[in-house]
Amino acid sequence: MSVEAGIAPARTGGLRHPGERIRRSLRRYAIFLILAAMIVLFNAVEPAFLRVNNLFSVLQSVAVVALLGIGVTVTLAVDGFDLSVGSIASFTLMLSSYSMVVLQFGAAETVALALVAGASIGLINGLMIIGLRIPDLLATLGMMFVLAGLQLIPSGGRSITIGLNLPDGSVAGGSFDPAFLAIGRYKLWEVVPLPVIIVSVLAIAFWILMERTRWGRVFYAVGGNETASHLAGAPVKAYRVAAYIISGTLASLGGVFEAARVGRGDAFAGSSLLLDSVAAALIGFAVLDQRHANVIGAVTGAIFVGIVLNGLTMLNVPYYTQDFVKGIVLVGALALTFGIGRGRR
Amino acid sequence: MKLLVPRFESSPALRLAGMDKTYGPMQVLAGFDLSVGCGEVVALMGANGAGKSTLAKIASGVVQPDKGRIFVAGREVSLASPRAAREAGIVIVHQSTDHLGVPGLSVAENLVLDGLCAGGIGVFVHKRKIHQKAQAVAARIGLDVPLNRDFGELGPAHRQLVAIARAVAADASVLVFDEPTATLAAAEAARLFDVIERLRARGVGILYISHRLADISRVADRIVVMRNGRRVADQVQPFDLAAAVKAMIGRDLDQIGTRRAFAPTGRPILNLDRVRLTHASKPFDLSIHAGKIMAVTGALGSGKSRLLGALFGVSRFVDGRVDLNGMPWRPRGPAEAIAGGVFMAGEDRWRSSLLPPFTPGADIAGTVALPHRRRWSGFGFIQGRREHAAARQVIDTLGIRCGGTSDTLDRLSGGNQQKVVLGRWQATPCWLLLLDEPFQGIDVGARRDLIAAIRAGARDAATLIATSDVEEALQVADTVAVMRNHTVACLPGLHTADPSSLLAAIGAAEASEAGEKGEFVT
Repeated sequence: MSVEAGIAPARTGGLRHPGERIRRSLRRYAIFLILAAMIVLFNAVEPAFLRVNNLFSVLQSVAVVALLGIGVTVTLAVDGFDLSVGSIASFTLMLSSYSMVVLQFGAAETVALALVAGASIGLINGLMIIGLRIPDLLATLGMMFVLAGLQLIPSGGRSITIGLNLPDGSVAGGSFDPAFLAIGRYKLWEVVPLPVIIVSVLAIAFWILMERTRWGRVFYAVGGNETASHLAGAPVKAYRVAAYIISGTLASLGGVFEAARVGRGDAFAGSSLLLDSVAAALIGFAVLDQRHANVIGAVTGAIFVGIVLNGLTMLNVPYYTQDFVKGIVLVGALALTFGIGRGRR
Repeated sequence: MKLLVPRFESSPALRLAGMDKTYGPMQVLAGFDLSVGCGEVVALMGANGAGKSTLAKIASGVVQPDKGRIFVAGREVSLASPRAAREAGIVIVHQSTDHLGVPGLSVAENLVLDGLCAGGIGVFVHKRKIHQKAQAVAARIGLDVPLNRDFGELGPAHRQLVAIARAVAADASVLVFDEPTATLAAAEAARLFDVIERLRARGVGILYISHRLADISRVADRIVVMRNGRRVADQVQPFDLAAAVKAMIGRDLDQIGTRRAFAPTGRPILNLDRVRLTHASKPFDLSIHAGKIMAVTGALGSGKSRLLGALFGVSRFVDGRVDLNGMPWRPRGPAEAIAGGVFMAGEDRWRSSLLPPFTPGADIAGTVALPHRRRWSGFGFIQGRREHAAARQVIDTLGIRCGGTSDTLDRLSGGNQQKVVLGRWQATPCWLLLLDEPFQGIDVGARRDLIAAIRAGARDAATLIATSDVEEALQVADTVAVMRNHTVACLPGLHTADPSSLLAAIGAAEASEAGEKGEFVT
């Protein structure tokens, strides 16, 4: 073998420096340390923070954000970006309300309709990106506006409640199926909300899919180098479309959870979901120093955002500063991921 | 920038004194001295990892040295940025295809990129004005690429030519070429040498970094050999290339070109019958037998890559009949080709084969396993142990220098990266192995290892290699075919056991090619 060819630039040796090892652990666990610090701080100021009920109410709101964040993560893995997740969630929130109140469907039909709608929207996103070659940001941005407008049309811009006056003058005769409301309101052992359980199971399933199966590796490979994946035999286009279908379906499930929790079709209920879930997915880059979109990271990011918001509410920080704080947290987390990580090469 | 050539014959165009550079624990340059006189072509040789590219980056202001002084025309300068280097009169043509130009801009815009970025072309730019200037730039090296084309659509060789044209047009006093011929075929390389000849006559100092001995002996006035960041040899003409190579790799280079005795032909694996690659090209026949290695060589755009791509299902033959093991072969895509036992390692490994670091599965094990996972994973679950065992075997068989199977590819030297790419496709048996430019940008030692591995792996399979380097073709193959205008121009009745007649035939083919106006195909 060749004498010189083997010498790789600066490698393993670096890890033996104690300083480098500490810095590396810091990078890996930075988000967890900040999270712990925040919990200690919030609890010191407001002891109610760490009560079981409060924690599960945080997790209930985190569940939907985490779900959307996982969807965004899958699209990020194929080097795409789904900006329409928030709108898909609001749209299915309105759709499921409409399906019960106006069309008088039961819980099962409503959930099926919502999930099929989410998957179809994802498919359309995928086809716009693959077939028409619209850049992913623009395609999903367009879809975001289409859905945000479309969801208002059937109810004439109003929220959907029992006894809704329809644009044609008649009155809607349906109501929310109690079985449907249970999806958002049922608590196991009187404490653990059903959405938290479902999202936990889905998170584990998607973690296994993305980290432990060959399909997950292909998602990442397609995002890393599309040509190389194609030449290695991967059906590249199918994977990219699948990523948007997954993200659309997960977002529609998030919409179902919201509708079931709120119990009415509130036209602007999902407005902060996009920012929160994108923040969760991007903060996820920094978790465990992964530097790529990943499921554990997105879930941790969602919890992170949820705790920040809940803590600020408990500290009586005015609601109108929350977006500002969220923005600062996101920028800080991204600085952590991309800024500090630069030293490695 | 107007002609900056300083005619102080006493002071060299460029002098680097006492260069030190360390990356982490690894010393890349150790007190390295180099000077390039005005009108002198200095060839810098060194194995992968010897520090050549770092030196080129320092000279062009991309990387800052830890210690050392830089003089341009006798005046000490500090090259804090690429722009500072440009202003001092040093221009570089980078090796990495990523740094050669801007995809998304047209060829014309790329040719005048320096004017656009640094001013000098005016604030308001009109397409016609850009084209005019670009045409002038292209004409200086006789570049023949459609100016309207997107740079991103060009193949590596044309990108290289565009970058060279741009550098020549900068009227620098020192030009640095980092592996300029790595992607060029003989005719394009010859054109580059003419350009260098003219630059030399104008008094430009040229630092020419290359692995290719033939190029070096043709173009250089002086050879500097570096090894482990130090200068280990400095020769003026006439060169003793054997000594230079010995200094470069630290030992004798034994005979790479030991060709295998021409054994009786095995079972035919692949048979092409009157196939055509494009509607305009002539049909040709070709057949490869089990255990045989065939190399196709030919100028850039002659259809080598397209032939391999058509066999792998990336593109289609327009016409004709292809049989694999006596059965019709028409893969609809790489997935079908792989399933049918036809493997291909594409040209330009970072584009065609490897994943960027931080992507899950970008380590050696993941790289080796990527195309085989359909068979290697149970119910979709990744069998980590199996993948790492396969990677370990690839590392051991090919002698890959690395820390372990979990190393990402960016931590390996070019030669070792290429070995991983080859090892990936040798990890499971196949009928036909297609290798597109497998020796691109690697040193002599690594090339020898790769050739040995290709031969060892070719026991039952047929191997088809595309290379624009005739010398490489002769070293690795049992039979050589030459392509021209998308057809096989001179056929492998010629075996490599008779190199002189083969060289004559190839020379004749390429000479007529150089005379023609080369058609443009990516």
